[in-house]
Amino acid sequence: MCIGFPGKIVSIDDNIAVIDISGTQREACLDLLPDEVTIGDYVLCHAGYAIQKIDEELAKEKLDFLKELIEHEIY
Amino acid sequence: MKYIDEYREPALVERLLRQIHREMDMIARPVGIMEVCGTHTMAISRCALRDLLPGPLRLISGPGCPVCVTSVEDVDRALAFAGIGNVMFITFGDMLRVPGTERVTLQRLRADGCDVRIISSPRACLSLAERNPGKNIIFMGIGFETTAPAVASLILTASARGLQNLSVFSVHKVIPPAMKMLLDDPVLCLDGFLCPGHVSIVIGGAAYGFIPGAGAAAVIAGFEPVDVLEGIMMILRQIRTGERKVEIQYARAVREEGNPRAREIMYSVFEPCDASWRGLGVIEASGLALSDKFRTFDARRRFPLPEIRSKEEPGCACGSILKGVMTPGECPLFEVRCTPEDPLGPCMVSSEGTCAASYTYRRGR
Repeated sequence: MCIGFPGKIVSIDDNIAVIDISGTQREACLDLLPDEVTIGDYVLCHAGYAIQKIDEELAKEKLDFLKELIEHEIY
Repeated sequence: MKYIDEYREPALVERLLRQIHREMDMIARPVGIMEVCGTHTMAISRCALRDLLPGPLRLISGPGCPVCVTSVEDVDRALAFAGIGNVMFITFGDMLRVPGTERVTLQRLRADGCDVRIISSPRACLSLAERNPGKNIIFMGIGFETTAPAVASLILTASARGLQNLSVFSVHKVIPPAMKMLLDDPVLCLDGFLCPGHVSIVIGGAAYGFIPGAGAAAVIAGFEPVDVLEGIMMILRQIRTGERKVEIQYARAVREEGNPRAREIMYSVFEPCDASWRGLGVIEASGLALSDKFRTFDARRRFPLPEIRSKEEPGCACGSILKGVMTPGECPLFEVRCTPEDPLGPCMVSSEGTCAASYTYRRGR
């Protein structure tokens, strides 16, 4: 039930955004977001609402670090 | 990045598994980790992760599915609301086949002519209420902290638009009090929690401070295989080193402070109340009731119901399965009399229920 999915914002009309999830488009209400978002941002959506903006920089940094640990045989 | 495929990469999965095996070798004793999110339960079963993990590492599914933890009394109340004349009863799809007393379901009521609708976003209630001014629209608000802000936002919008014919039957719950209860259970003896990723987007890491306080590990994890395995590995590292803290594996979505705006909206409409959980009983301050300010939107105050004598299905082990003290395979009804086509208990109905996950992927270890 708490299923959520990451989607990319393709348009915003007032407080409703259209988001793209691997080619499928859905509407998401932006009323619950703590920060401003713009077209191109990724948001995590649940039950028709965007509930958080995805931190792209942090995501990339963490994934790169994990890959680095593996590369250096630490994992 | 699309935030999906990158977290399913076989090479990463393989190395994380290797590291988990190493950690377990160093810990050298059995370890029990509970997940309290239906999406984790599904991810673990779908990817058959239990088959890949070391034997002494036990992944226990807890009360992570809001549909499954809904008490039979609340299911019976939903059925009673749906049966009132001139009512349109709206809910999320998973609720439709959950049996109440004597195995009556919303689906059966709908077949008998009651107006029962399914939606995927609470916002759909607005247009249904506006298009049907002569009907009383009752929405069953169900879900943890991930969903409750969305329903609170619906009520705020309905209030601003002056909608008079919409009300909410809230069975919303908050998860930390249930985790606290399970942590104190001497039978379960949990070493750590894989904390729910999407609930944590709203409540943040700080909400789990009681877990390290009680000597257990806590890691908030995402839902792809790399996320779940990295989360497990982080828990094992805490167990091995003796350090106890709340860590966030799912940092791309979860912040330490959570989503304060979503919480503010949630608590502007709801207030904590005692709630009855299937399998766990009544837990203090674990539910969300509409506050007095929004009483006109409270279905229970608007449509008082007569007393209902509720009774759970005899022999159904959902309560013990939700507590983590039984596995689906240990229930005598599982696969014999209780199947997804003809479910007797909620854990087999919901697509995120422990029994449904176990049945679907045949990994009921």
